[in-house]
Amino acid sequence: MLRKLFSFNGGVKPDPNKGASTREPIARLPLPPQLIIPLHQHIGGTPRPLVKVGDRVLHGQRIGAADGNVSSAVHAPTSGTVVAIEPRLMPHASGLSSMAVVIEPDGQDQRIEREPFDWHAATPGEVRDYLRDAGVVGLGGAVFPSHLKLSPGKAGGTDTLVLNGAECEPFITCDDMLMRSEAEDILRGALVMQKMLAAKQVLVGVEDNKPEAAAALKAAAAALGHASLDVVVVPTRYPAGGAKQLIRVLTGIEVPHGSRSTDFGVQCFNVATALAVWNALEHGEPLTRRIVTVAGNVDRPRNFDVAIGTPIGFVFEHAGLKQDTDKLIMGGPMMGIPLPGVEAPVVKATNCLLASSPALFPPPEPELPCIRCGECARACPADLQPFELYWHSRARNFGRAQEYHLFDCIECGCCAYVCPSHIPLVDYYRYAKSEIWARERDKDAADSARERFEFRNWRAEREKEEKAAKLAARSAAKPAAKPAATDKSPAEGEAAATPAEDPKKALIEAAMARAKAQKEAVAAKNTDTLTPAQQAQVEAAEARRKLAADIVATGSGETTSETATADKPTE
Amino acid sequence: MISALLVMTGLALALGAALGAASVLFKTQGDPLVDKIDAILPQTQCGQCGYPGCKPYATAIAGGEADINQCPPGGDEGVRKLADLLGREYKPLNAEHGVEKPKSVAVIDEATCIGCTLCIQACPVDAIVGAAKQMHTIVTDLCTGCELCVPPCPADCIDMVPVAETVETWKWRYPVFDLKPVSTETAAKEAA
Repeated sequence: MLRKLFSFNGGVKPDPNKGASTREPIARLPLPPQLIIPLHQHIGGTPRPLVKVGDRVLHGQRIGAADGNVSSAVHAPTSGTVVAIEPRLMPHASGLSSMAVVIEPDGQDQRIEREPFDWHAATPGEVRDYLRDAGVVGLGGAVFPSHLKLSPGKAGGTDTLVLNGAECEPFITCDDMLMRSEAEDILRGALVMQKMLAAKQVLVGVEDNKPEAAAALKAAAAALGHASLDVVVVPTRYPAGGAKQLIRVLTGIEVPHGSRSTDFGVQCFNVATALAVWNALEHGEPLTRRIVTVAGNVDRPRNFDVAIGTPIGFVFEHAGLKQDTDKLIMGGPMMGIPLPGVEAPVVKATNCLLASSPALFPPPEPELPCIRCGECARACPADLQPFELYWHSRARNFGRAQEYHLFDCIECGCCAYVCPSHIPLVDYYRYAKSEIWARERDKDAADSARERFEFRNWRAEREKEEKAAKLAARSAAKPAAKPAATDKSPAEGEAAATPAEDPKKALIEAAMARAKAQKEAVAAKNTDTLTPAQQAQVEAAEARRKLAADIVATGSGETTSETATADKPTE
Repeated sequence: MISALLVMTGLALALGAALGAASVLFKTQGDPLVDKIDAILPQTQCGQCGYPGCKPYATAIAGGEADINQCPPGGDEGVRKLADLLGREYKPLNAEHGVEKPKSVAVIDEATCIGCTLCIQACPVDAIVGAAKQMHTIVTDLCTGCELCVPPCPADCIDMVPVAETVETWKWRYPVFDLKPVSTETAAKEAA
C-alpha cells in the first residue's frame, strides 16, 4: 500500500556524515574501572538514593527510586561496590556537578533476582508503574519518563502511535544500527505500547538514507504479521526526526501552538525507547545500557553498547581520540551541547559523542549584524520567525519573545545553519528560555512569600483580637460579679471575697518560692569555694576584660591592642 | 417639546442607572496600581526600603511618598521595571537602603542554637521551625534571604549563605560579548 506522505516547512540538508560509524556493527564496551551514575538523568524529580557508601550492589539493582510519578528510577549496570555518593561533573553545558552514585565494578556482573511480573495480565496502571521503576525514559534525547506518555489520552483516545526512527541529525547512527540489529524486538515493544495506548495503527518513520534499517524493520513487521504495523520511509531532510515534524510528515497533522500531539490522537516514541520497554517487560531488564555513536575526530568511529555511568573519556579511548581534538560534543553538530570534561559520564540522554577538530568543524565566523534577509524564517521547521525571536532575546525583551512563541522553538539550529551573518541564533533562544524559566521560578517564590507574609500578618492580627476579646470578657465579668456580691450581706460578701483573693495570693507566693528555689539550684556553685590559684586566675581575667573594654573605649596603642586580640581570639 | 424632554429625562435615568449598576458590579477592591507595583517587588519583606514589608512600600510608591530606588533585593532590574510601569525616569539604587547582593538564604548553626525563638518571631514568612529550648532550623525553600533573623539571634548562630547554582537552575549565558577598548600599549605590542 502506498501511503500518502506530507511535508513540513523549512528544514535544511546538511551533509549526513553517517557512513563512517555504520561500517561496523555495534560493539559492547567493556566496563570502566568506575561507573558514575547520576541520580537525575531525566525530566522530572530527582530520584532518592537507595544505597549507602560501602553497599554491594547487583546488576539491575535499583539505586535511585523515582521521586513522585513525574520521575524515573536509576539502576546499577553491573555488580560492585558503592564507593561514593557525591556531586560529580555532569555532561551538561553548565559544567556543574550533581549527585551521583559511584560504583566500582567487581567483574562478576552478578544479576539481581528478577521480580516476576506478568505484564500480559497486569493492568495498564501496573505496567506504567513497572516501567517507571525500570527507569525507562525517552532515548531520543529528551529523556521524558516514558510511562507518563503511555496512557490513552482523554480526548477520544489515541489513534496513531508514531515510532521515530528518522534520526535526522548528522553523524548520529545509534538508532540506525539498533534498527538493523534489533528490528523485531523494537516492533514487539511498539506493539506493547500500541496495546497500552489503545492505538489503531503504528507508523514507524525511517529516513530514506537508512535503507538497511528500513529493510530490517519491514522484514520484522512481515514476520510479526500485524496489519496495523507500517514501516514508512520518509524523505531525508533535517529535522524530520523532530516529533512534531515526523507526525506532520506521516499523518499530515500539524500540532498547533499550545497543544500536544496527544490532543490529536498521536503519540510519538523513539525506536530505542520501544526496545527499552520490551526489554523491561519481557526480560525484566531495567534501562542500564544504551547505544552511543562515537564519531567525528576519532580513529575508529563506531556505535558502542555502553553501560550508563561510563566516563566519556573511557568511551573515547576505545574509539581512539585524535590528537587535534579541540572540543567534545554530546549529541550531534546541530543540537549538541559542549561537554565540560571527559570525566563526565554517559547518561540516558547520550545518543552521540562527537569529537570536534578545527578541520572538521571550523571555528564559527565572526557574528555580523542581521541583514533581515528572512532566510531563517524560510528554514524554520516550527514555522516561527527566528529573526524576531533573535531581536527580542538580544534586547532582553522576553515578553515579546514569548509573544512570538519562543517556547515552540525546538532549538534544531536550522536558522543558525542558514544565517548569512553567522549569528548563533540558538544561543540567544537558549539564553532567553533559561532567563524566562529563572524569572518564573523567582515569581513563584515571591508569590509564595507574599502569601506567607500576609498569612502571618493575619495571624498576628487574629491573636491580638483574641487577646483583646479575652481581656474585654474578663473586665466584663468582674463588674457583673460585684453587684452579685453586694446583694448579699456585708459579712457574707467579705467571706466570699477572701477565699477568692487568697488562692491568688497563695499561687503567687508559691510561684515566687519555686523561682527562688530554682535560682538557688541553678546559681553557679563553683565560685563559692575557690583555691587561691583559681582566685588569681579569675582576677587576671577580670583585669584583661577591663583592659579590653578600655581599649574599645579609647582605641589606644599597639601593645594593648595586641593583648586585646590575644584575649579574644575568636573575634 | 414635552416628548423631547421626556426622551432626554428617560435617557438620563437609564444611563444613570447603568452607570450606577456598573460601579457596584465592577467595583475594584483596593488600588490596582499598588498590586501592580507589589507584583514587581521581590517579596523578601526585609524592610530595607524603610517600610514594614513589600506591600506598604508599594502603597508608599503609589502614593508618591517613596522613591522607586529603595529596594536592594529587587536590584537594578526591579528599579527599571518600576520606572517602566510608572513612566518615571530610571535612577540607580539608593545606597542608603543597602546594596544589591546575590540571593542568599539563612542557615542556622544548629550546634550553637540555644532555642530562644527570637528568630522565629523575626521571620516575616514563617520559614523557621522550632520551639522554646528546642533547636531551630530554616526551611531553605521558603527563606527569602531578608536577613531579619540575623540581628535578634543572641548566640550569633545564623549565617547568610549565597544560593549556589545547580544544573537545574543554571542559565545559558548572554551570547553577546561586550566590546572593550584595547589599551594603546597592548595594541602596539600586537602590531609589533
